Amino acid sequence: MKIRRLGFHAGLAILVLLALVAVFGPMLLPQDPFTQSLGQRLAQPFWHDRTLAAHPLGTDQLGRDYLARIVYGARISLAIGVAVVLVSGFIGITLGLIAGYAGGVADAIISFIINTRISMPIVLAALAIVSVTGNSLTMVILVLGLLLWDHFAVVARSAAMQLRRADYVTAARALGCSHLHILFREILPNIRGPLLVIATVEMAHAILVEAALSFLGLGVPAPFPSWGLMLSEAKSFMFFSPWLIALPGAALLLLVLGINLVGDGLRTRKEH
Amino acid sequence: MLVLLLRRAGLAIMVALSVSMLCFILSNVAVDPALALAGDSPTEADLQALRERYKLDRPLPERYAAYLARLVAGDLGTSQLTGEPVARMLADRIGVTASLALAAILLALAIALPAGVAAAANRGGWTDRVISFVVAVVQALPGFWAALLLIIAFGVKLRWLPISGSGTLAHFVLPTVALSLYALPALTRLTRSGMVQALDADYIRTARAMGLPARAILFKNALRNALLPVVSLGAVQFGFMLGGSIVIESIFAIHGIGYLAWQSMIRSDMPVIQAVVLMISLTYIVLTFLSDVLNTALDPRLKRGAA
Repeated sequence: MKIRRLGFHAGLAILVLLALVAVFGPMLLPQDPFTQSLGQRLAQPFWHDRTLAAHPLGTDQLGRDYLARIVYGARISLAIGVAVVLVSGFIGITLGLIAGYAGGVADAIISFIINTRISMPIVLAALAIVSVTGNSLTMVILVLGLLLWDHFAVVARSAAMQLRRADYVTAARALGCSHLHILFREILPNIRGPLLVIATVEMAHAILVEAALSFLGLGVPAPFPSWGLMLSEAKSFMFFSPWLIALPGAALLLLVLGINLVGDGLRTRKEH
Repeated sequence: MLVLLLRRAGLAIMVALSVSMLCFILSNVAVDPALALAGDSPTEADLQALRERYKLDRPLPERYAAYLARLVAGDLGTSQLTGEPVARMLADRIGVTASLALAAILLALAIALPAGVAAAANRGGWTDRVISFVVAVVQALPGFWAALLLIIAFGVKLRWLPISGSGTLAHFVLPTVALSLYALPALTRLTRSGMVQALDADYIRTARAMGLPARAILFKNALRNALLPVVSLGAVQFGFMLGGSIVIESIFAIHGIGYLAWQSMIRSDMPVIQAVVLMISLTYIVLTFLSDVLNTALDPRLKRGAA
Protein backbone atom coordinates (compact mmCIF):
# COMPACT_ATOMS: atom_id res chain seq x y z
CA MET A 1 0.00 0.00 0.00
CA LYS A 2 2.71 2.48 1.01
CA ILE A 3 4.83 1.26 -1.87
CA ARG A 4 2.06 2.00 -4.37
CA ARG A 5 1.81 5.54 -3.04
CA LEU A 6 5.56 5.79 -3.32
CA GLY A 7 5.34 4.96 -7.03
CA PHE A 8 2.60 7.53 -7.53
CA HIS A 9 4.55 10.29 -5.77
CA ALA A 10 7.77 9.40 -7.57
CA GLY A 11 5.91 9.53 -10.89
CA LEU A 12 4.32 12.86 -9.98
CA ALA A 13 7.71 14.28 -8.99
CA ILE A 14 9.23 13.17 -12.31
CA LEU A 15 6.35 14.70 -14.25
CA VAL A 16 6.41 18.03 -12.40
CA LEU A 17 10.18 18.23 -12.79
CA LEU A 18 10.10 17.48 -16.51
CA ALA A 19 7.19 19.88 -17.04
CA LEU A 20 9.17 22.66 -15.34
CA VAL A 21 12.21 21.78 -17.47
CA ALA A 22 10.08 21.82 -20.60
CA VAL A 23 8.49 25.19 -19.84
CA PHE A 24 11.40 27.13 -18.33
CA GLY A 25 14.50 25.16 -19.37
CA PRO A 26 14.93 26.62 -22.87
CA MET A 27 14.73 30.17 -21.44
CA LEU A 28 17.31 29.53 -18.73
CA LEU A 29 19.94 27.78 -20.80
CA PRO A 30 22.63 29.93 -22.42
CA GLN A 31 22.87 27.60 -25.46
CA ASP A 32 20.40 27.40 -28.30
CA PRO A 33 19.30 23.94 -29.53
CA PHE A 34 19.57 24.93 -33.21
CA THR A 35 22.92 26.73 -33.46
CA GLN A 36 25.43 24.59 -35.32
CA SER A 37 29.13 24.79 -34.71
CA LEU A 38 31.04 22.51 -37.03
CA GLY A 39 34.31 23.11 -35.17
CA GLN A 40 32.85 21.53 -32.04
CA ARG A 41 31.25 18.40 -33.42
CA LEU A 42 30.67 15.39 -31.14
CA ALA A 43 32.15 16.95 -27.99
CA GLN A 44 32.00 14.48 -25.11
CA PRO A 45 29.72 14.83 -22.05
CA PHE A 46 31.08 15.74 -18.59
CA TRP A 47 31.85 12.18 -17.44
CA HIS A 48 34.40 11.76 -20.24
CA ASP A 49 37.91 13.28 -20.38
CA ARG A 50 37.78 15.65 -23.32
CA THR A 51 34.86 17.91 -22.50
CA LEU A 52 34.03 21.50 -23.27
CA ALA A 53 32.87 23.58 -20.30
CA ALA A 54 30.19 25.23 -22.43
CA HIS A 55 28.60 21.85 -23.30
CA PRO A 56 28.08 19.73 -20.14
CA LEU A 57 26.29 16.98 -22.13
CA GLY A 58 28.51 17.35 -25.19
CA THR A 59 27.45 18.23 -28.71
CA ASP A 60 25.85 16.27 -31.56
CA GLN A 61 27.12 15.52 -35.05
CA LEU A 62 26.50 19.14 -36.11
CA GLY A 63 28.03 20.69 -32.98
CA ARG A 64 24.66 21.62 -31.44
CA ASP A 65 24.55 21.70 -27.63
CA TYR A 66 23.12 18.36 -26.51
CA LEU A 67 21.77 19.60 -23.17
CA ALA A 68 19.79 22.34 -24.91
CA ARG A 69 18.43 19.84 -27.43
CA ILE A 70 17.39 17.35 -24.75
CA VAL A 71 15.69 20.10 -22.73
CA TYR A 72 13.89 21.42 -25.80
CA GLY A 73 12.94 17.82 -26.63
CA ALA A 74 11.02 17.60 -23.34
CA ARG A 75 8.92 20.50 -24.56
CA ILE A 76 8.15 18.73 -27.85
CA SER A 77 7.31 15.39 -26.20
CA LEU A 78 5.09 16.93 -23.53
CA ALA A 79 3.35 19.24 -26.00
CA ILE A 80 2.60 16.26 -28.24
CA GLY A 81 1.42 14.13 -25.31
CA VAL A 82 -0.96 16.80 -24.01
CA ALA A 83 -2.26 17.91 -27.41
CA VAL A 84 -2.88 14.34 -28.62
CA VAL A 85 -4.77 13.46 -25.44
CA LEU A 86 -6.93 16.58 -25.81
CA VAL A 87 -7.85 15.67 -29.40
CA SER A 88 -8.28 11.94 -28.86
CA GLY A 89 -10.02 12.40 -25.51
CA PHE A 90 -12.54 14.75 -27.07
CA ILE A 91 -13.29 12.34 -29.94
CA GLY A 92 -13.32 9.19 -27.82
CA ILE A 93 -15.32 10.52 -24.88
CA THR A 94 -17.95 12.11 -27.12
CA LEU A 95 -18.40 8.96 -29.20
CA GLY A 96 -18.34 6.68 -26.15
CA LEU A 97 -20.86 8.72 -24.15
CA ILE A 98 -23.27 8.87 -27.09
CA ALA A 99 -22.95 5.13 -27.75
CA GLY A 100 -23.44 4.11 -24.12
CA TYR A 101 -26.22 6.58 -23.37
CA ALA A 102 -28.26 6.29 -26.56
CA GLY A 103 -27.76 2.55 -27.16
CA GLY A 104 -29.50 0.94 -30.14
CA VAL A 105 -28.42 1.95 -33.64
CA ALA A 106 -26.07 4.71 -32.46
CA ASP A 107 -24.29 2.21 -30.21
CA ALA A 108 -24.04 -0.37 -33.02
CA ILE A 109 -22.54 2.17 -35.43
CA ILE A 110 -20.08 3.63 -32.93
CA SER A 111 -19.02 0.17 -31.71
CA PHE A 112 -18.37 -0.76 -35.32
CA ILE A 113 -16.21 2.32 -35.81
CA ILE A 114 -14.28 1.40 -32.65
CA ASN A 115 -13.76 -2.15 -33.96
CA THR A 116 -12.50 -0.86 -37.29
CA ARG A 117 -10.12 1.55 -35.61
CA ILE A 118 -8.72 -1.19 -33.31
CA SER A 119 -8.03 -3.50 -36.25
CA MET A 120 -5.45 -1.10 -37.73
CA PRO A 121 -2.03 -1.06 -36.03
CA ILE A 122 -1.26 2.47 -34.75
CA VAL A 123 2.32 2.89 -35.94
CA LEU A 124 1.62 1.48 -39.38
CA ALA A 125 -1.57 3.51 -39.90
CA ALA A 126 0.08 6.71 -38.65
CA LEU A 127 3.08 6.18 -40.94
CA ALA A 128 0.84 5.49 -43.94
CA ILE A 129 -1.16 8.67 -43.39
CA VAL A 130 1.89 10.84 -42.74
CA SER A 131 3.59 9.49 -45.87
CA VAL A 132 0.65 10.95 -47.86
CA THR A 133 0.13 14.22 -46.00
CA GLY A 134 3.76 15.04 -45.29
CA ASN A 135 5.21 15.33 -41.80
CA SER A 136 5.01 18.28 -39.45
CA LEU A 137 4.42 18.76 -35.74
CA THR A 138 0.75 19.65 -36.30
CA MET A 139 0.24 16.69 -38.62
CA VAL A 140 1.72 14.25 -36.08
CA ILE A 141 -0.61 15.60 -33.38
CA LEU A 142 -3.67 15.40 -35.63
CA VAL A 143 -2.92 11.90 -36.92
CA LEU A 144 -2.22 10.50 -33.45
CA GLY A 145 -5.27 12.30 -32.04
CA LEU A 146 -7.40 10.68 -34.73
CA LEU A 147 -5.93 7.25 -33.99
CA LEU A 148 -5.62 7.02 -30.19
CA TRP A 149 -9.25 7.65 -29.11
CA ASP A 150 -10.50 4.05 -28.94
CA HIS A 151 -9.64 3.46 -25.25
CA PHE A 152 -11.48 6.62 -24.23
CA ALA A 153 -14.50 5.54 -26.27
CA VAL A 154 -14.60 2.02 -24.81
CA VAL A 155 -14.38 3.25 -21.22
CA ALA A 156 -16.82 6.15 -21.66
CA ARG A 157 -19.27 3.85 -23.43
CA SER A 158 -19.39 1.17 -20.74
CA ALA A 159 -19.54 3.78 -17.96
CA ALA A 160 -22.38 5.68 -19.67
CA MET A 161 -24.19 2.39 -20.19
CA GLN A 162 -24.03 1.63 -16.46
CA LEU A 163 -24.93 5.13 -15.33
CA ARG A 164 -27.82 5.49 -17.78
CA ARG A 165 -30.11 3.88 -15.21
CA ALA A 166 -28.58 5.55 -12.13
CA ASP A 167 -31.03 7.32 -9.85
CA TYR A 168 -29.51 10.75 -10.32
CA VAL A 169 -29.76 10.40 -14.09
CA THR A 170 -33.42 9.43 -13.82
CA ALA A 171 -33.93 12.36 -11.47
CA ALA A 172 -32.26 14.75 -13.90
CA ARG A 173 -34.41 13.44 -16.70
CA ALA A 174 -37.56 13.83 -14.57
CA LEU A 175 -36.53 17.44 -13.95
CA GLY A 176 -36.56 17.93 -17.70
CA CYS A 177 -32.81 18.27 -18.27
CA SER A 178 -31.65 17.94 -21.88
CA HIS A 179 -29.69 14.85 -22.98
CA LEU A 180 -26.66 17.06 -23.54
CA HIS A 181 -26.86 18.32 -19.96
CA ILE A 182 -27.22 14.79 -18.59
CA LEU A 183 -24.28 13.50 -20.65
CA PHE A 184 -21.80 16.24 -19.89
CA ARG A 185 -23.01 17.53 -16.51
CA GLU A 186 -24.33 14.41 -14.77
CA ILE A 187 -22.51 11.41 -16.27
CA LEU A 188 -19.14 12.83 -17.35
CA PRO A 189 -18.10 14.18 -13.91
CA ASN A 190 -18.78 10.77 -12.39
CA ILE A 191 -16.43 8.91 -14.70
CA ARG A 192 -13.55 11.38 -14.43
CA GLY A 193 -11.41 8.86 -12.51
CA PRO A 194 -11.24 6.06 -15.09
CA LEU A 195 -10.95 8.58 -17.94
CA LEU A 196 -8.00 10.25 -16.23
CA VAL A 197 -6.27 6.86 -16.02
CA ILE A 198 -6.86 6.34 -19.78
CA ALA A 199 -5.53 9.85 -20.39
CA THR A 200 -2.19 8.90 -18.76
CA VAL A 201 -2.03 5.64 -20.75
CA GLU A 202 -2.70 7.40 -24.05
CA MET A 203 -0.34 10.26 -23.28
CA ALA A 204 2.49 7.78 -22.72
CA HIS A 205 1.39 5.93 -25.87
CA ALA A 206 1.36 9.14 -27.95
CA ILE A 207 4.83 10.14 -26.78
CA LEU A 208 6.27 6.72 -27.62
CA VAL A 209 4.59 6.56 -31.04
CA GLU A 210 5.75 10.07 -31.90
CA ALA A 211 9.30 9.06 -30.99
CA ALA A 212 8.99 5.96 -33.21
CA LEU A 213 7.60 8.00 -36.14
CA SER A 214 10.34 10.61 -35.80
CA PHE A 215 12.91 7.84 -35.50
CA LEU A 216 11.69 6.44 -38.84
CA GLY A 217 11.95 9.90 -40.41
CA LEU A 218 8.20 10.43 -40.75
CA GLY A 219 7.40 12.30 -37.53
CA VAL A 220 8.57 15.67 -36.28
CA PRO A 221 10.83 17.10 -39.03
CA ALA A 222 14.44 18.25 -38.56
CA PRO A 223 15.90 20.43 -37.15
CA PHE A 224 13.45 20.13 -34.23
CA PRO A 225 15.08 18.18 -31.39
CA SER A 226 12.42 15.48 -30.95
CA TRP A 227 14.01 12.74 -28.87
CA GLY A 228 13.05 10.12 -31.48
CA LEU A 229 14.61 12.17 -34.27
CA MET A 230 17.76 12.74 -32.18
CA LEU A 231 18.09 8.96 -31.76
CA SER A 232 17.71 8.48 -35.48
CA GLU A 233 20.34 11.13 -36.29
CA ALA A 234 22.73 9.68 -33.71
CA LYS A 235 22.37 6.13 -35.06
CA SER A 236 25.32 6.43 -37.44
CA PHE A 237 27.57 7.66 -34.62
CA MET A 238 26.50 5.21 -31.94
CA PHE A 239 29.60 3.02 -32.18
CA PHE A 240 31.99 5.76 -31.13
CA SER A 241 29.65 8.17 -29.35
CA PRO A 242 27.16 5.94 -27.53
CA TRP A 243 26.03 8.77 -25.22
CA LEU A 244 24.27 10.31 -28.22
CA ILE A 245 21.97 7.28 -28.06
CA ALA A 246 21.89 6.90 -24.29
CA LEU A 247 20.74 10.42 -23.36
CA PRO A 248 17.59 11.02 -25.47
CA GLY A 249 16.41 7.45 -24.87
CA ALA A 250 16.90 7.78 -21.11
CA ALA A 251 14.96 11.05 -21.15
CA LEU A 252 12.15 9.34 -23.05
CA LEU A 253 12.16 6.42 -20.61
CA LEU A 254 12.03 8.77 -17.61
CA LEU A 255 9.11 10.80 -18.97
CA VAL A 256 7.03 7.78 -19.97
CA LEU A 257 7.84 6.01 -16.69
CA GLY A 258 6.69 9.08 -14.76
CA ILE A 259 3.40 9.18 -16.66
CA ASN A 260 2.83 5.43 -16.20
CA LEU A 261 3.57 5.57 -12.45
CA VAL A 262 1.05 8.38 -12.03
CA GLY A 263 -1.48 6.38 -14.05
CA ASP A 264 -0.91 3.24 -11.95
CA GLY A 265 -1.27 5.30 -8.78
CA LEU A 266 -4.59 6.74 -9.96
CA ARG A 267 -5.79 3.26 -10.93
CA THR A 268 -5.02 1.67 -7.55
CA ARG A 269 -6.46 4.61 -5.64
CA LYS A 270 -9.70 3.94 -7.47
CA GLU A 271 -9.65 0.29 -6.39
CA HIS A 272 -9.22 1.00 -2.68
CA MET B 1 -23.24 -20.95 -30.08
CA LEU B 2 -23.37 -21.22 -33.86
CA VAL B 3 -25.44 -18.02 -34.02
CA LEU B 4 -22.88 -16.22 -31.90
CA LEU B 5 -20.02 -17.41 -34.11
CA LEU B 6 -21.84 -16.43 -37.29
CA ARG B 7 -22.53 -12.99 -35.88
CA ARG B 8 -18.88 -12.56 -34.90
CA ALA B 9 -17.79 -13.71 -38.37
CA GLY B 10 -20.21 -11.29 -40.00
CA LEU B 11 -18.87 -8.45 -37.89
CA ALA B 12 -15.28 -9.39 -38.74
CA ILE B 13 -16.11 -9.34 -42.46
CA MET B 14 -17.77 -5.93 -42.15
CA VAL B 15 -14.75 -4.55 -40.30
CA ALA B 16 -12.47 -6.01 -42.99
CA LEU B 17 -14.56 -4.31 -45.67
CA SER B 18 -14.37 -0.94 -43.98
CA VAL B 19 -10.61 -1.31 -43.55
CA SER B 20 -10.34 -2.08 -47.28
CA MET B 21 -12.39 1.05 -47.97
CA LEU B 22 -10.00 3.13 -45.87
CA CYS B 23 -7.06 1.67 -47.80
CA PHE B 24 -8.85 2.48 -51.06
CA ILE B 25 -9.40 6.07 -49.90
CA LEU B 26 -5.74 6.30 -48.88
CA SER B 27 -4.43 5.09 -52.24
CA ASN B 28 -7.05 6.49 -54.63
CA VAL B 29 -8.61 9.59 -53.09
CA ALA B 30 -5.92 11.04 -50.83
CA VAL B 31 -3.37 10.80 -53.65
CA ASP B 32 -4.00 10.92 -57.38
CA PRO B 33 -3.02 7.47 -58.66
CA ALA B 34 -2.55 8.81 -62.21
CA LEU B 35 0.07 11.26 -60.96
CA ALA B 36 1.90 8.41 -59.30
CA LEU B 37 1.71 6.20 -62.41
CA ALA B 38 2.95 8.93 -64.71
CA GLY B 39 6.37 9.44 -63.21
CA ASP B 40 8.30 12.69 -63.67
CA SER B 41 6.66 15.91 -64.87
CA PRO B 42 3.67 14.60 -66.84
CA THR B 43 1.50 16.82 -68.99
CA GLU B 44 -2.25 17.07 -68.44
CA ALA B 45 -2.76 15.02 -71.62
CA ASP B 46 -0.54 12.21 -70.28
CA LEU B 47 -2.56 12.12 -67.08
CA GLN B 48 -5.83 12.06 -69.00
CA ALA B 49 -4.60 9.16 -71.11
CA LEU B 50 -3.53 7.23 -68.02
CA ARG B 51 -6.85 7.90 -66.31
CA GLU B 52 -8.70 6.49 -69.30
CA ARG B 53 -6.42 3.51 -69.66
CA TYR B 54 -6.65 2.48 -66.00
CA LYS B 55 -10.35 3.44 -65.73
CA LEU B 56 -9.50 6.12 -63.17
CA ASP B 57 -12.08 8.46 -64.72
CA ARG B 58 -14.92 6.23 -63.50
CA PRO B 59 -17.02 7.14 -60.43
CA LEU B 60 -15.49 6.17 -57.07
CA PRO B 61 -17.98 3.42 -56.07
CA GLU B 62 -17.31 1.66 -59.38
CA ARG B 63 -13.55 1.95 -58.86
CA TYR B 64 -13.89 0.63 -55.29
CA ALA B 65 -15.85 -2.37 -56.60
CA ALA B 66 -13.12 -3.03 -59.17
CA TYR B 67 -10.48 -2.67 -56.40
CA LEU B 68 -12.31 -5.23 -54.24
CA ALA B 69 -12.66 -7.62 -57.19
CA ARG B 70 -8.91 -7.39 -57.84
CA LEU B 71 -8.21 -7.99 -54.12
CA VAL B 72 -10.35 -11.11 -54.07
CA ALA B 73 -8.50 -12.35 -57.14
CA GLY B 74 -5.23 -11.86 -55.25
CA ASP B 75 -4.09 -8.86 -57.31
CA LEU B 76 -2.72 -6.22 -54.95
CA GLY B 77 -1.42 -3.97 -57.72
CA THR B 78 2.16 -3.30 -58.79
CA SER B 79 4.90 -1.33 -57.11
CA GLN B 80 5.51 2.09 -58.62
CA LEU B 81 9.22 1.82 -58.03
CA THR B 82 10.12 -1.68 -59.17
CA GLY B 83 7.07 -2.62 -61.26
CA GLU B 84 6.93 -5.90 -59.37
CA PRO B 85 3.52 -7.32 -58.38
CA VAL B 86 2.88 -6.30 -54.76
CA ALA B 87 1.41 -9.70 -53.92
CA ARG B 88 4.71 -11.37 -54.79
CA MET B 89 6.76 -8.79 -52.87
CA LEU B 90 4.66 -9.52 -49.79
CA ALA B 91 4.79 -13.28 -50.26
CA ASP B 92 8.59 -13.14 -50.50
CA ARG B 93 8.90 -11.27 -47.20
CA ILE B 94 6.07 -12.52 -45.01
CA GLY B 95 8.04 -15.58 -43.87
CA VAL B 96 10.81 -13.56 -42.22
CA THR B 97 8.40 -11.21 -40.45
CA ALA B 98 6.07 -13.99 -39.31
CA SER B 99 8.92 -16.08 -37.85
CA LEU B 100 10.35 -13.02 -36.11
CA ALA B 101 6.95 -12.14 -34.61
CA LEU B 102 6.29 -15.75 -33.62
CA ALA B 103 9.68 -16.12 -31.93
CA ALA B 104 9.15 -12.82 -30.13
CA ILE B 105 5.68 -13.71 -28.86
CA LEU B 106 6.90 -17.12 -27.66
CA LEU B 107 9.82 -15.49 -25.84
CA ALA B 108 7.46 -12.93 -24.29
CA LEU B 109 5.13 -15.71 -23.10
CA ALA B 110 8.05 -17.74 -21.76
CA ILE B 111 9.01 -14.78 -19.54
CA ALA B 112 5.57 -13.34 -18.80
CA LEU B 113 3.91 -16.55 -17.59
CA PRO B 114 6.42 -17.49 -14.86
CA ALA B 115 6.83 -13.83 -13.85
CA GLY B 116 3.08 -13.28 -13.61
CA VAL B 117 2.56 -16.51 -11.64
CA ALA B 118 5.40 -15.65 -9.27
CA ALA B 119 4.02 -12.15 -8.71
CA ALA B 120 0.50 -13.44 -8.03
CA ALA B 121 1.71 -16.23 -5.72
CA ASN B 122 3.60 -13.66 -3.60
CA ARG B 123 1.02 -10.93 -3.88
CA GLY B 124 2.08 -7.82 -1.98
CA GLY B 125 5.50 -9.33 -1.22
CA TRP B 126 8.89 -8.25 -2.52
CA THR B 127 8.83 -10.56 -5.55
CA ASP B 128 5.57 -8.95 -6.59
CA ARG B 129 6.94 -5.45 -6.12
CA VAL B 130 10.15 -6.08 -8.01
CA ILE B 131 8.28 -7.70 -10.89
CA SER B 132 5.74 -4.85 -10.98
CA PHE B 133 8.54 -2.31 -11.08
CA VAL B 134 10.41 -4.11 -13.86
CA VAL B 135 7.17 -4.36 -15.83
CA ALA B 136 6.58 -0.61 -15.37
CA VAL B 137 10.09 0.15 -16.64
CA VAL B 138 9.80 -2.18 -19.64
CA GLN B 139 6.46 -0.60 -20.48
CA ALA B 140 8.09 2.83 -20.56
CA LEU B 141 11.04 1.56 -22.61
CA PRO B 142 10.93 2.73 -26.24
CA GLY B 143 11.37 -0.47 -28.29
CA PHE B 144 13.76 1.07 -30.81
CA TRP B 145 15.94 2.52 -28.06
CA ALA B 146 16.14 -0.90 -26.40
CA ALA B 147 17.17 -2.30 -29.79
CA LEU B 148 19.95 0.26 -30.16
CA LEU B 149 21.19 -0.45 -26.61
CA LEU B 150 21.20 -4.18 -27.37
CA ILE B 151 23.26 -3.48 -30.50
CA ILE B 152 25.76 -1.38 -28.54
CA ALA B 153 26.04 -3.93 -25.71
CA PHE B 154 25.98 -7.31 -27.46
CA GLY B 155 27.03 -6.36 -30.98
CA VAL B 156 29.68 -3.71 -30.46
CA LYS B 157 31.09 -4.01 -26.92
CA LEU B 158 30.85 -7.77 -26.38
CA ARG B 159 30.81 -8.75 -30.08
CA TRP B 160 28.65 -11.79 -29.34
CA LEU B 161 25.96 -11.31 -31.94
CA PRO B 162 25.60 -9.86 -35.45
CA ILE B 163 23.77 -6.53 -35.55
CA SER B 164 22.41 -6.30 -39.07
CA GLY B 165 20.94 -8.54 -41.73
CA SER B 166 19.13 -11.88 -41.57
CA GLY B 167 21.59 -14.48 -42.84
CA THR B 168 21.81 -16.86 -39.88
CA LEU B 169 19.77 -17.73 -36.79
CA ALA B 170 22.12 -15.61 -34.68
CA HIS B 171 20.94 -12.58 -36.66
CA PHE B 172 17.48 -13.05 -35.19
CA VAL B 173 18.44 -13.11 -31.50
CA LEU B 174 18.64 -9.36 -30.85
CA PRO B 175 15.58 -8.45 -32.99
CA THR B 176 13.54 -11.17 -31.25
CA VAL B 177 14.47 -9.86 -27.80
CA ALA B 178 13.77 -6.26 -28.82
CA LEU B 179 10.40 -7.14 -30.34
CA SER B 180 9.33 -9.30 -27.41
CA LEU B 181 9.67 -6.27 -25.11
CA TYR B 182 6.58 -4.78 -26.81
CA ALA B 183 4.32 -7.62 -25.65
CA LEU B 184 5.96 -8.42 -22.32
CA PRO B 185 4.30 -5.86 -19.97
CA ALA B 186 0.71 -6.51 -21.03
CA LEU B 187 1.15 -10.30 -20.93
CA THR B 188 2.78 -10.24 -17.48
CA ARG B 189 0.12 -7.96 -16.03
CA LEU B 190 -2.67 -10.08 -17.46
CA THR B 191 -1.13 -13.31 -16.12
CA ARG B 192 -0.76 -11.72 -12.69
CA SER B 193 -4.31 -10.37 -12.50
CA GLY B 194 -5.76 -13.61 -13.89
CA MET B 195 -3.85 -15.63 -11.31
CA VAL B 196 -4.86 -13.29 -8.48
CA GLN B 197 -8.48 -13.67 -9.52
CA ALA B 198 -8.20 -17.45 -9.83
CA LEU B 199 -6.44 -17.80 -6.47
CA ASP B 200 -9.30 -15.92 -4.79
CA ALA B 201 -11.93 -18.23 -6.29
CA ASP B 202 -13.96 -20.66 -4.19
CA TYR B 203 -12.62 -23.78 -5.88
CA ILE B 204 -9.08 -22.82 -4.85
CA ARG B 205 -10.19 -22.39 -1.26
CA THR B 206 -11.81 -25.81 -1.46
CA ALA B 207 -8.63 -27.31 -2.91
CA ARG B 208 -6.61 -25.73 -0.10
CA ALA B 209 -9.05 -26.98 2.52
CA MET B 210 -8.73 -30.46 1.09
CA GLY B 211 -5.00 -30.23 1.69
CA LEU B 212 -3.70 -30.20 -1.88
CA PRO B 213 -0.06 -29.06 -2.07
CA ALA B 214 0.34 -25.33 -2.81
CA ARG B 215 2.38 -25.98 -5.93
CA ALA B 216 -0.26 -28.25 -7.42
CA ILE B 217 -2.96 -25.68 -6.71
CA LEU B 218 -0.92 -22.94 -8.31
CA PHE B 219 -0.10 -24.73 -11.52
CA LYS B 220 -2.88 -27.27 -12.03
CA ASN B 221 -5.93 -25.39 -10.81
CA ALA B 222 -5.22 -21.69 -10.90
CA LEU B 223 -2.94 -21.37 -13.93
CA ARG B 224 -5.26 -23.40 -16.14
CA ASN B 225 -8.00 -20.88 -15.51
CA ALA B 226 -5.77 -17.85 -15.87
CA LEU B 227 -4.12 -19.10 -19.06
CA LEU B 228 -6.97 -18.65 -21.52
CA PRO B 229 -7.12 -14.84 -21.59
CA VAL B 230 -3.33 -14.71 -21.74
CA VAL B 231 -3.21 -16.99 -24.77
CA SER B 232 -5.89 -15.01 -26.56
CA LEU B 233 -4.12 -11.75 -25.78
CA GLY B 234 -0.97 -13.39 -27.11
CA ALA B 235 -2.74 -14.15 -30.40
CA VAL B 236 -3.91 -10.56 -30.67
CA GLN B 237 -0.46 -9.23 -29.77
CA PHE B 238 1.02 -11.41 -32.51
CA GLY B 239 -1.01 -9.46 -35.05
CA PHE B 240 0.07 -6.24 -33.39
CA MET B 241 3.72 -7.30 -33.64
CA LEU B 242 3.51 -7.60 -37.40
CA GLY B 243 2.90 -3.85 -37.26
CA GLY B 244 5.44 -3.19 -34.50
CA SER B 245 8.19 -5.00 -36.35
CA ILE B 246 8.44 -2.06 -38.77
CA VAL B 247 10.73 -0.24 -36.34
CA ILE B 248 12.74 -3.30 -35.35
CA GLU B 249 13.21 -4.49 -38.95
CA SER B 250 14.40 -1.05 -40.02
CA ILE B 251 17.04 -1.00 -37.26
CA PHE B 252 18.38 -4.50 -37.87
CA ALA B 253 17.98 -4.31 -41.69
CA ILE B 254 15.83 -7.43 -41.75
CA HIS B 255 14.12 -7.53 -45.11
CA GLY B 256 10.62 -8.44 -44.03
CA ILE B 257 7.24 -6.75 -44.39
CA GLY B 258 8.12 -3.99 -41.92
CA TYR B 259 11.28 -3.01 -43.78
CA LEU B 260 9.38 -3.05 -47.06
CA ALA B 261 6.66 -0.85 -45.54
CA TRP B 262 9.20 1.63 -44.23
CA GLN B 263 11.07 1.87 -47.53
CA SER B 264 7.81 2.30 -49.44
CA MET B 265 6.66 5.03 -47.08
CA ILE B 266 9.86 7.00 -47.43
CA ARG B 267 9.60 6.79 -51.24
CA SER B 268 5.76 7.11 -51.21
CA ASP B 269 5.17 3.87 -53.10
CA MET B 270 1.43 3.92 -52.44
CA PRO B 271 0.38 0.52 -53.88
CA VAL B 272 2.80 -1.22 -51.51
CA ILE B 273 1.87 0.93 -48.49
CA GLN B 274 -1.85 0.31 -48.80
CA ALA B 275 -1.29 -3.41 -49.41
CA VAL B 276 0.81 -3.76 -46.24
CA VAL B 277 -1.70 -1.83 -44.11
CA LEU B 278 -4.53 -3.90 -45.55
CA MET B 279 -2.78 -7.23 -45.10
CA ILE B 280 -1.65 -6.62 -41.52
CA SER B 281 -5.08 -5.30 -40.53
CA LEU B 282 -6.72 -8.36 -42.08
CA THR B 283 -4.34 -10.66 -40.20
CA TYR B 284 -5.22 -8.83 -37.01
CA ILE B 285 -8.95 -9.16 -37.69
CA VAL B 286 -8.61 -12.90 -38.37
CA LEU B 287 -6.50 -13.44 -35.22
CA THR B 288 -8.96 -11.52 -33.04
CA PHE B 289 -11.80 -13.56 -34.50
CA LEU B 290 -9.94 -16.83 -33.89
CA SER B 291 -9.13 -15.90 -30.30
CA ASP B 292 -12.82 -15.04 -29.81
CA VAL B 293 -13.76 -18.45 -31.18
CA LEU B 294 -11.18 -20.12 -28.95
CA ASN B 295 -12.54 -18.30 -25.90
CA THR B 296 -16.09 -19.29 -26.74
CA ALA B 297 -15.18 -22.89 -27.47
CA LEU B 298 -13.20 -23.33 -24.27
CA ASP B 299 -15.39 -21.42 -21.83
CA PRO B 300 -18.46 -23.48 -20.90
CA ARG B 301 -20.15 -20.41 -19.37
CA LEU B 302 -20.11 -18.51 -22.66
CA LYS B 303 -21.46 -21.57 -24.43
CA ARG B 304 -24.43 -21.84 -22.13
CA GLY B 305 -25.05 -18.11 -22.22
CA ALA B 306 -25.26 -18.12 -26.00
CA ALA B 307 -27.44 -21.19 -26.33
